[in-house]
Amino acid sequence: MDKREKRVIFASIALMGFFFLAVILAVSGFGITVPDCITDREPFTEAKVISQDETHYEVHSIARMWRFEPTVIEIPAGATVDFFLTSADVVHGFQIEDRAVNMMAVPGQVTSTSITFDNVGTYRIVCHEYCGANHHSMEGVIHVRPAEDMVATKQGLELGSGSSVASTAVGGGSEL
Amino acid sequence: MNLKEVAMELDPKLKRLTLIQLAVPVGLLVVGISGGLLQALMRSGLIQADSALGLEYYQGLTLHGIINAIVFTTFFAVAFGNALVSYALKAKLNMKVAWISNILMLLGTLMVAVMVFAGEGSVLYTFYPPLKANPIFYAGLALFVVGSWVAFWNWIPMYLRWRRENPGEKTPMAVVGIFTTFIVWQICTIPVAYEVLVLLLPWSLGWTDTINIELTRTLFWFFGHPLVYFWLLPAYVMYYTMLPKLAGGKLYSDLAGRVVFMLFVIFSIPVGAHHQFTEPGIGSDWKLLHAFLTFGVAIPSLITAFTIAASLEYAGRKRGGKGLFGWFRTLPYLDGDRYLFPYLFVGLVIFIVGGSTGIINASYNMNLVVHNTAWIPGHFHLTVAGPVFLAFIGMSLYMVEKMTGKEVKFKKLAATVPYMWIVGLFTFSFGMMRGGLHGEPRRTNMGMTYLNPDSPLYRPEWELYVTLTVIGGVILFLAMLVYFGIFFGTLMGKKTRKEELVFPLSTSYHNERAGAFANFKPWVIGAILLIVLSYTPVFIDVMRSTSFGAPAYNPHLPVPENQMAAPPGENVEAEQPKESGETSGEKAAGSEAGVEEK
Repeated sequence: MDKREKRVIFASIALMGFFFLAVILAVSGFGITVPDCITDREPFTEAKVISQDETHYEVHSIARMWRFEPTVIEIPAGATVDFFLTSADVVHGFQIEDRAVNMMAVPGQVTSTSITFDNVGTYRIVCHEYCGANHHSMEGVIHVRPAEDMVATKQGLELGSGSSVASTAVGGGSEL
Repeated sequence: MNLKEVAMELDPKLKRLTLIQLAVPVGLLVVGISGGLLQALMRSGLIQADSALGLEYYQGLTLHGIINAIVFTTFFAVAFGNALVSYALKAKLNMKVAWISNILMLLGTLMVAVMVFAGEGSVLYTFYPPLKANPIFYAGLALFVVGSWVAFWNWIPMYLRWRRENPGEKTPMAVVGIFTTFIVWQICTIPVAYEVLVLLLPWSLGWTDTINIELTRTLFWFFGHPLVYFWLLPAYVMYYTMLPKLAGGKLYSDLAGRVVFMLFVIFSIPVGAHHQFTEPGIGSDWKLLHAFLTFGVAIPSLITAFTIAASLEYAGRKRGGKGLFGWFRTLPYLDGDRYLFPYLFVGLVIFIVGGSTGIINASYNMNLVVHNTAWIPGHFHLTVAGPVFLAFIGMSLYMVEKMTGKEVKFKKLAATVPYMWIVGLFTFSFGMMRGGLHGEPRRTNMGMTYLNPDSPLYRPEWELYVTLTVIGGVILFLAMLVYFGIFFGTLMGKKTRKEELVFPLSTSYHNERAGAFANFKPWVIGAILLIVLSYTPVFIDVMRSTSFGAPAYNPHLPVPENQMAAPPGENVEAEQPKESGETSGEKAAGSEAGVEEK
C-alpha cells in the first residue's frame, strides 16, 4: 500500500479516536449523559409535580395523544428537576427548548433525566416524534419563576433571598 | 457516452426486466418528489392545512419516505446489481429467478402504495407501533424485502461459478461492492422481517393484543442504520469502479477499495443504537459502545475521500492540469458526453457535509441537541438525497441509454441537473439544520401550529429557516422536472444504435494483492460476532425494562382500537368506566370493534 495512503488511514483512525475522547470528556468531565435503562420504576398513570424542597423537584410527566400532562409546570429558578417520563398511548418525543433535555416517551417504559433551571423564563416542550394526526398541536410549558415568588406563593413565608442564593450555588454545577 | 468500454451482448429479457425496474420507480418518484415539495410548503405554513391535493400531511410524508428512500433505492440497487454482476462476471443471469424477485417487489410496492393512498398506512416509513397500519401494508413491506433477497440469492451461484473458473484471480471490484451491499442488506433485514412478520402482522390482524414497543424499535434500528449503507454502497461502487474512468484516469488504489468494502461489512450493522440514544430501555453504556462502533464506520468513508480525491487528481493531471490545484480545473464537470461524471462528483461534494453532520449525530451526548429535530432530515437529505440519489438517477439514465440504444436527450442539460440539485439541496438542508438547532421538530406539520400566527404555539423565530427550506425545495423540484423530462424523453426516443450491456469500469493505478481482503468469509464472521457482542446487552436491557406492551392505535384517534366500541371521537373517556363495569358489555364491545375493522 502507498505510504501516503497508510498515513491517511492512520490519520482517519486518530481523528475518530479524538472525537470519541471528546465525547468521553463530555460524559465524565461535564456529566452530560443520555437516558439510561430504568428497571426499578413501573410506568405511572398520574402526572404530578413533587416539590421535595425549594431546590429539588420531581416531575412525573405523561405524554399522550395529543397533550403533555402536566401541561404547565412551575418551578423556581435554581431548582434541579428530575423528569420522569412515560407515554399513555403511542410513542412521543419530549424536548425542552434551549435545554439539552431530549427524550422519547415509550409506552411500557419509564425514562428520566435531570436538569437545573438557573434562569427565569418560559421553556416550551415540543413533541418531536410523529404521534398521529394532531402531533403538531402537542403543547407543554415550563415556567421558571424567581425563587422568591414561588416561595411566597407556596408557603406565604419570607424564607427570602438567603435560600435562593444557596439554591443557585447548588444547581449551578450541573447546568446545561 | 463513449469511453471505449468493452460492451457485452444484451439479453433482451434482461433489458426488459431492467427497464421495468428503473422506469417504475422513477415514475413513482414523480409522486414522491411532488410530495416533498408539498411537505415543504405545508410545514412552512404557506399552505396551512391538514391535507392538500387529497393527501393528509402525514400520509404524504409516508409516501415521500417509502417511495424515495425504500422503493426507489431498492429497485435501483437490484436493477444495478443484476446488470453489473452479469457484466463484471461475463455471466448470464437466471431470468426466472430474477423475475420472481421482481414480481415480489412490484406486488409489495403495490400493496404498500394502495394502503397508504387509502389512508390505511399513515405511519411514516419507520412504521413505529403502536400506531397501526393495515395488515396489507406490513405484508407488502415483507414481500418487497423478500423480493430483494431473491435477487441477491440469484447472484451467488454466478459468483461461485466464476471463482471456480477463475482460480487465483481477484474478484472484480464491482462485484465486491455489490456483494458488500447485499450482504449488509441480507443480515440487517432479518430482524426487521421478524419485527414485521412475527410482531406487527399478527398484532395488526388482532391476533395478539399488545406488543413490546421498545423491542420493535430496537429491531427496526438494527435494520435502520445499515439501510443507510445499503443506500450508500451502490454509490460507492460507482465511485470506485466508474468515476475514475469517467474522469479520464484510473482508480488510485485497488486495495483501498477492497479494504473499504470489507470495513463496511464489519461496521455497518452493530451501530443501530445510535438512533436510540434518547430512548428508555437501553443502558447508556451500551449506547456509548454503539457510538464507538459508529465512529469506526466513519473510517472507510474517510479513506474513500482520500482515494477518490487522489484518483481525480490523477485524472486531472493526465488531462493537462498543472500545479497544486491546477488538476482540479480540467475535470469534465459539464461534459454532456460524460454526463454521469457530474452526478457522481457533485454527490461526493454533498457527502462531505452529509458525512460530517452524521458524525455529529453519532456523537452520543451531542445527539441530545439534534435528536428528532429538523436537523436530522437536514442531515440525511445530504446523504440519501445527495450522493445516493444523484448517483442512482444518473446511473438510471446511463443504463437506459445503453440498454435501449437510444441517445440521451439534451445531454448538456442532463449534466447541469446535479448542479441545480446541489444549490437546492444546500439551501434546503441549511434551513432544516439551522431550524433544528433552534428546536424545530422533524416530521411535523408545523404550518398548522408552530408557524401559524394564530396559534398559541407560534414561533416567529423559525420563519426564516422554513423560508429557506421552501426556496430549496422549489429548486430541487425544478431540477427533478428537468430530469424527468430527460429520462422519459430518452425512454420514448428513437433507437440510434445497438443495445448493449456495458459499464465504464476503471482500471487501477496501484494494483496490489488483496490478501486478507480478498475473501468475504472472515469479514462476515467478524460482523456476526460484533453484532452478537454489541446487541446482546441491548436486547437484554430492552426485555427487562419493559413493563407492558401496547395495543394498536389508529393515527387519527387517541384511544386503542380495541376500545373503540363507541362512535369514534365522542366522549370516549366517559365511556370507559361503563365498559370495565360490565364484563359482558366488554366482550360485545370487542366483537363490535372486530366488525368495524373489516
